Amino acid sequence: MTDSPQMPPDIPIDRRRQVASQFIAMIPHASALGMRMTDVGDGEAVITMPYDARLVGDPETGVIHGGAVSALMDTCCGAAVMVHPQAGLGTATIDLRIDYMRPATPGQTITARATCYHVTRSVAFVRAVALDDDTDRPVASATGAFTVERPRSQQSSERPRSRQSSERPRTAKAAS
Amino acid sequence: MTTSPKRARPEPVQVVKQRRDATLQGLVDGVPYIRFLGIRFERHGDELTAVLPYADMLIGNPSIPALHGGVTAAFMEVAAIIELSWAMLWEDMESGAEAVPRRLPKTIDFNVDYLRSGLPRDAYARARVNRSGRRYASVHVEAWQDNRARLFAQATGHFLMPVRDED
Repeated sequence: MTDSPQMPPDIPIDRRRQVASQFIAMIPHASALGMRMTDVGDGEAVITMPYDARLVGDPETGVIHGGAVSALMDTCCGAAVMVHPQAGLGTATIDLRIDYMRPATPGQTITARATCYHVTRSVAFVRAVALDDDTDRPVASATGAFTVERPRSQQSSERPRSRQSSERPRTAKAAS
Repeated sequence: MTTSPKRARPEPVQVVKQRRDATLQGLVDGVPYIRFLGIRFERHGDELTAVLPYADMLIGNPSIPALHGGVTAAFMEVAAIIELSWAMLWEDMESGAEAVPRRLPKTIDFNVDYLRSGLPRDAYARARVNRSGRRYASVHVEAWQDNRARLFAQATGHFLMPVRDED
């Protein structure tokens, strides 16, 4: 997907929420699709996309094109990575798989909920589900892997300096 | 629609081209989302190349800038669906029967592999139908920008084929 703006990982959730929602508004394609971030938590994001006749993929039924659902899922997964306490500096999609369970009901807003359920030093693993008004029957689900870009100084600043530590510092300290 | 062609007699090239282009255009024009993204198709014989002309609204990250990953996914999914439909119509069209558009195939799943970030310029995609049965189809898509050999994304999708009129 996209890289997110610089955001240190230790800032409070309210600030994250603010930055995250501004970030969504800043993404031209997310704006073009009318997306709105309605909720955000640690490694979790909820983004809505209203029904729009321009996004129809099947003119006979008026069902939204799967590609628009993919864009919603990708944005939501990226946002979930961004607000994860152990990630957040920036992210890009490595891989995204979408399963389309049923057509979204024409006229209804689609809501994506993404959870960043595991983060390593380099990779964030994310799951997401897309729902319309019938929340018992998901429209689509997604799984993805995203890049994690951390501040170079994070490891050295988080770990108390110890003279006994035999571990070689992994990263050079960032100049500040 | 042009009059039904006679099989035995070779047709003038313009007639053949016009019929093929009209069939393709009919397929693409009916889908609002294809128009929304600005995707068009170039045809050489039966080979299709999807073209996504650059537009500012396709951007996902304004600071790099890079195409939105969702745009890349959508572009490739459109390329796959049109290729599948085109392959179905081609047989009817070339056999001389009237190419009646059926319903579009439905995506079962779509898996995108992002190889490098999409640059703010035109993108191209070509889909290959690896298997197309009566009910299911498997399609692979490659997408590139400046350099055909340097893909910026590839994808595999499975599709549910529309039922043929059998009754």
